[in-house]
Amino acid sequence: MLEFQNVSYNVSEDNSEKEIIKNINVKIDGRFTAITGPNGGGKSTMAKLIAGIIKPTSGRILFDGEDITDMSITDRARKGISYGFQQPVRFKGLTVNDLITMAAGRKIDITEACSYLSEVGLCAKDYIGREVNASLSGGELKRIEIAMVIARGTALSVFDEPEAGIDLWSFKSLIKVFENMYKKQGGSIVIITHQERILEIADRILVLNNGAIEKYGTREEIFPGLMKGDIACSALTKACDID
Amino acid sequence: MDEIQRQLIREIAGLHEVPQGAYNFRVNGQLDGRAVTENINIVTKEDKPGIDIIIKPGTKNESVHIPVVLSQTGLKESVYNDFFIGEDCDVTIVAGCGIHNGGDKASEHSGIHSFFVGKNSRVKYIEKHYGEGDGNGERIMNPTTHVELSEGAYLEMETVQIKGIDSTKRTTSAVINDNATFIVKEKIMTHGKQEASTDFSVELNGEGSSTDVISRSVAKDDSKQTFYARISGNNKCSGHSECDAIIMDRAVVRAIPELTAADVDASLIHEAAIGKIAGEQLIKLMTLGLTEQEAEDQIIKGFLK
Repeated sequence: MLEFQNVSYNVSEDNSEKEIIKNINVKIDGRFTAITGPNGGGKSTMAKLIAGIIKPTSGRILFDGEDITDMSITDRARKGISYGFQQPVRFKGLTVNDLITMAAGRKIDITEACSYLSEVGLCAKDYIGREVNASLSGGELKRIEIAMVIARGTALSVFDEPEAGIDLWSFKSLIKVFENMYKKQGGSIVIITHQERILEIADRILVLNNGAIEKYGTREEIFPGLMKGDIACSALTKACDID
Repeated sequence: MDEIQRQLIREIAGLHEVPQGAYNFRVNGQLDGRAVTENINIVTKEDKPGIDIIIKPGTKNESVHIPVVLSQTGLKESVYNDFFIGEDCDVTIVAGCGIHNGGDKASEHSGIHSFFVGKNSRVKYIEKHYGEGDGNGERIMNPTTHVELSEGAYLEMETVQIKGIDSTKRTTSAVINDNATFIVKEKIMTHGKQEASTDFSVELNGEGSSTDVISRSVAKDDSKQTFYARISGNNKCSGHSECDAIIMDRAVVRAIPELTAADVDASLIHEAAIGKIAGEQLIKLMTLGLTEQEAEDQIIKGFLK
């Protein structure tokens, strides 16, 4: 479904090129794939490459066999790629209902808009008319962000750290949200995450470290190793040993 | 009234037919229809163009519509409308001006509105400005509004200018007495070579008086906007002004807030922000399948809603 062929992504930093993604070759074809790995490993960059927010320095990206490397964000969205931001965007004046309607891409009635909000554990009548501005908390914005992706109902939904900014109480219901999406929607889900509980429900796990794929396989193959901490930074492991 | 004039009325007052309650239609400088009610009287001024609108104390849930339309090119007029609102009222006043200029001469309307609001009355004042017409003649509007609020009164002024006015200079002054509140919500969009200048000055004279002056604007193309907001706190009071502008293309926006505190218990705040549409807002809407242009339109529409 989604394929990276020799994809690299470099940025210029202090007159030198820094490689963020290093010649990745991978096919993501599971229904629920979790991408994990240490901070700075290139996870968010990979999500942005999928959505088209950034373009690879070299290599090709294929979606359902079609080369989408040069496609705009809009065209990719219309082809069936959704992207939940790690840090949701605020809009002065636009309401939750406006955004959900835009996400659905068609005229929807309030009942339908509310059903997407209920899906992410928001009491719809309290939120549907609210402006998506600074009056909403980070956790609320995050849920609305996820509701938008659900409303789109596309073939591929990519979430960048959906757990970030969500409190512990809400986290349990967040897991349910993804479980429901997995059951109800026909599409595939790719989640960038640090959360063990999300890794536990994924079909496949991809570990990205230092811009390269360190491990990729089924949950049964990868998950036990992760929990032993063998991918943690060596310095960190040493620090733990001293303790 | 002809079709062009009826269209202007629809744009500025949202009226498809004769409104309920009191009204006064002014078309090309002439009276074109008036109705009064038991509680609301409208009287033509004798010394200058304009009307007095007199609202009896205790009038609740009534409205007055006083739209003005100009469809004759080259017409210039200044109109004085005074509103005398008694105590304990709760009324809605809808004003507004529409200009259709199909000729080469400038058409100009200056509405000078004064509001004298009695004790504990609530007034919602809605004012819309709109211009159209394919002539080269300029469409100019210079509204002046003066507000005096008695003890415990509340006036909310909603002013909108979205389209078609080449030049506008809008002046609003207000004197606020004890426990009275003055709210302004202004929305402006300019394009082409249009110029808009708004100038608010609010005197918070009463104890417990307050004001909130909020302006949201979008400046496109080569248009220019200036926003002055002056608030003086002369007693224990609270005042807030906010100018929030989206700037596009080659437009110029100036925001000049001014606060004067003349009492140790005056609490005054101003905020001003001018900037282009945030890139991440465009990207977010594009990931929902909108084109960049559609995303921009939605963001502006929401911002000025």
